[in-house]
Amino acid sequence: MATAPEIDAPTDPLEGFRAHAREWLGAHFPPSLKGKDNAMSAVEGPHENSSEEDAWQAAMGEKGWGVPTWPKEYGGGGLSRAEARVLQEEMARIGAWNPIGGMGVMMFGPTLLEYGSEEQKREHIPAIAKGTVRWCQGYSEPGAGSDLASLQCFAEDRGDHYVVNGQKTWTSGGQWADKCFMLVRTDKTKKHEGITFVLCDMDTPGVEVKPIRLISGSSPFCETFFTDVKVPKANRVGQEGEGWTIGKRLLQHERSSLSGGGSTAGRMFSGAPLGQLAKKYVGVDEQGRIADADLRGRIVRHDMDMRAFMLTLRRASLEAKSNQGPSAATSIMKNVGARIMQERSELLIEIRGLAGLGWEGEGFEADALKDVRSWLFGKAVSIYGGSSEIQNNVIAKRILGMLDHQ
Amino acid sequence: MAVLTEEQTMLRDMAREWADNESPVTAFRKMRDAAPAAFYDAAAWQAQGEMGWAGILVPEARGGAGMGYLSLGLVLEQLGRTLAATPLAATAAATSALILGGSEAQQAEWLPRIAAGDVVAALATDEGPRFAPDKIATIVEGGKLSGTKEFVAEGDSAHLFVVAATDGLYLVSGDEGVTRSPRKLTDSRSHAQIRFDGAPAEKLEGGTDLLTQVTDRAAAALCAEMLGMAEAAFAQTNDYLKTRVQFGQVLASFQALQHRMAKMFTELELMRSVVEGALEAIDSGRANVSQEVSLAKAVSGETLHLVSREMVQLHGGIGMTDEHDAGFTLKRARVLEAMWGNAAWHRERFAQLNGY
Ligand SMILES: Cc1cc2nc3c(=O)[nH]c(=O)nc-3n(C[C@H](O)[C@H](O)[C@H](O)COP(=O)(O)OP(=O)(O)OC[C@H]3O[C@@H](n4cnc5c(N)ncnc54)[C@H](O)[C@@H]3O)c2cc1C
Repeated sequence: MATAPEIDAPTDPLEGFRAHAREWLGAHFPPSLKGKDNAMSAVEGPHENSSEEDAWQAAMGEKGWGVPTWPKEYGGGGLSRAEARVLQEEMARIGAWNPIGGMGVMMFGPTLLEYGSEEQKREHIPAIAKGTVRWCQGYSEPGAGSDLASLQCFAEDRGDHYVVNGQKTWTSGGQWADKCFMLVRTDKTKKHEGITFVLCDMDTPGVEVKPIRLISGSSPFCETFFTDVKVPKANRVGQEGEGWTIGKRLLQHERSSLSGGGSTAGRMFSGAPLGQLAKKYVGVDEQGRIADADLRGRIVRHDMDMRAFMLTLRRASLEAKSNQGPSAATSIMKNVGARIMQERSELLIEIRGLAGLGWEGEGFEADALKDVRSWLFGKAVSIYGGSSEIQNNVIAKRILGMLDHQ
Repeated sequence: MAVLTEEQTMLRDMAREWADNESPVTAFRKMRDAAPAAFYDAAAWQAQGEMGWAGILVPEARGGAGMGYLSLGLVLEQLGRTLAATPLAATAAATSALILGGSEAQQAEWLPRIAAGDVVAALATDEGPRFAPDKIATIVEGGKLSGTKEFVAEGDSAHLFVVAATDGLYLVSGDEGVTRSPRKLTDSRSHAQIRFDGAPAEKLEGGTDLLTQVTDRAAAALCAEMLGMAEAAFAQTNDYLKTRVQFGQVLASFQALQHRMAKMFTELELMRSVVEGALEAIDSGRANVSQEVSLAKAVSGETLHLVSREMVQLHGGIGMTDEHDAGFTLKRARVLEAMWGNAAWHRERFAQLNGY
C-alpha cells in the first residue's frame, strides 16, 4: 500500500519517526529483494539465503525492527504500536519485508516476555529478535491434539533437572529447530495442574525427530521422540504445574498471529487479484465481465468476505487499543481468516482449470504450482492452533455463555 | 439405489469385492510411488479386461456385454471407492463415440478389441485447461488431423484417440503424427498433452452433436466414480469419529460433528439420485440427457468437495499427512470436477437448457 507523505500534518509526532524509518530502510533494504519475501518458507522449510538476504536479516536484527514493539533491552525495536504501523507502511511502500519470523517471534517470545525470568529473557529474546535461533512447539501428542491437556510426555524430577520421556507429534519445523518450547507432565494425578512448561535444546541426547510428509508433498513437521532427555530446571518457565496457564497464553498469541493480526494473512491474501486471473483464464463477455457468471458471483462474494474480514481486523485492533483489552471480535478472527484463505485457494485452482492442478513437471506456470501446494497446505489452518471446531466451542461457551453438553 | 437387475447386482457385488480385495487404496499408492510411464495400474487393467468390464458398453454382437451406462456406473463407483487407477472410464468414453458414430467397419475393427481389454482409448477434446467444447480449432485436411489437445486423460498410453475437430469427431490410431507430453496433476493419474501433426484420421458419423453426446457420457461416467469416492471418504470419516478419543469421549459423541455427518449423509443421498438419474437417462435414450448430466455433474462436484474437505478436517493432523488416504480424495476430487465441465459450467448449461 503506497502511503503519501503526510505533508499536510507537519506537527504529527510520528513524522520524525517516519522520516527516520524511510531513510534507514532506503539505506539497508536491497531493492533487488523487493517483493521477494518467501511466503512459502513456512511450508517448505528454510531455504539457502543469498548474501543479500543475510545482510538484510542482519541489519533488521541489529536494529530490532523484526520485532518492532519488543523492549529494546532484549534486542527489540522498542517502538510504540503507532510507530510500528508507520514502519510497516514504509516497508510496504518500497516492497520490503520482515526477514525475522517463526514461532519464536509469533508465539514464544511474547509469552516469555510475560512469564520468563530475567535470565531467561536475556538468554533467549535477543536471539529471537535477530532471527538466529529457531524454535519449535512441542505441544501435540498422538493422543493429545484438541484435548491438549491429556498430554502424557513425562518429566521426572531429578533435583536440579528433569528427565523427559515421551512423544510429541506434528512438531512443525522440528528438523530445523535449535530449541523447543514444550508442555510436559510433571504430575500424573492431576490433568491441567500437572502440566509444566519447559525449554529443551533439540541437540540434547535422546531427542530424535522423524519428518512426516504432508499431502502438499513437503515435510515441514515431525514426530519427535524424547528418551531420557535431560532438561535443566533452569529451563522451566514459571512454576511447576503452571504450564497450562502459560501454554494457553502462548496459544492466544498463536491464534492471533494466525488470524491475520500478524503478517501471515496479509501474505496469504497477496498475489494476483482473483478477478484479473479469472479474466485471463476464463475470458470476458461482450461487456468485459468475467465470462463465467457463476464464478464471477463467487469471486465477488469472496472479495466482500475478505473486505469484511479486513475491516473487522481493523475494528478489533482499534477497540483493543481504546478499551485496553481484546475485543469480542478477536475470537472469531481465526476461523474467518482460515475460511477465507481456504476459499481463496480453491478459487485460484478453479479459475485455472486443469492448469491449476499441476503437481510438477512441464506445462504449468510457477505460480500455479505454488498455489496448488498452498491450497493443500492451507487445509491445515483450520486444524492447527486450535481447530475451527474448538474455536467455535470456545466462542459458544466462553463468549455466548452456552453450556457444555456433557 | 436404483432398482437393479439380477445381472447388475452381481456385477456390482463382484466389482465391490474385487476393488476391496484386489485393488484397495494401497494399490493406488503403490502405483503413484512407482510412477509408471502410463500412470495406471497395468495389472489391475488387465484383470478388468478379463472380467469383461472394458466391454460393458460394447454390444454383445461385438464381443461385449451390452449392459449400458448404469452398469458401467456401478463398476466405476466401486473403483472410485478404492481409487483404482485404470483407464476404464476414459476407454468407455471413447467407446461410446464408436458406438454412437462408428461405421460398420470402424466398429468391427475396434469394439471387439476394446471389449477384450486390449485397447486403451482416450477422448481428446479440450485445447485449453478448461472444458470448452465450443473452442475447438483442430482441423482435418485430406484425412490428416492437426491440433493440440490438453490434459487428455490416459493420453500417455492410449492406442486409440477419439479427437474433436471443427467438423466432428475423428479416430486417430497409432503414433504417426502424434506427440505425447505427460502433464503431472495432483491426482497422479495420466493427463497428457497430445500434439497431432498431420496424423491419419478417420471421421465418425455425426457433427458437433456427437461431441455433446460423448462428453455427456464421459461426464456421467466420472460422476459414478465421484460417487464412489464420496461414499468411501464419508464412511472412513464416520468410522474414524467413532474410534478417536479426545476429552475422554469418542469424537462421534460431539453433536457439532454429528450434525456435520448428518448433513453430508443427506447430500450423498441426493448425489446418488442425480448420478443414477443421469446414467438411466442415457440408457433409456431420453431426450433430456444433457440436463440430467449437468444436474449430476454439478451436484457431484459440490458434494465430493464437501466430503473430501471434511474428511481432512475431521481427521485433524493425521488427515494432513501423505500417509493417510484423505489427501488422495481431496486431490482427485478437484481433477474430476474440472474434467468435462465443472459445477459452474454445468449450472450455466442447465440454466440455458431450461431457458433461464
Ligand atoms: C500442519 C500442522 C502443523 C502443526 N504444527 C504443530 C506444532 O508445531 N506443534 C504442535 O504441538 N502441534 C502442531 N500441530 C498439531 C495441531 O495443533 C493439532 O493437529 C490440532 O490441535 C488438532 O489435534 P488432532 O490433530 O489430534 O485432531 P483431533 O483432536 O483428533 O480432532 C479431530 C477433529 O475433531 C474435532 N474435534 C475435536 N474435539 C472436538 C470437540 N470437543 N467438539 C467438536 N469437534 C471436535 C477437531 O476439530 C478435528 O476436526 C500441527 C498440525 C498441523 C496439521
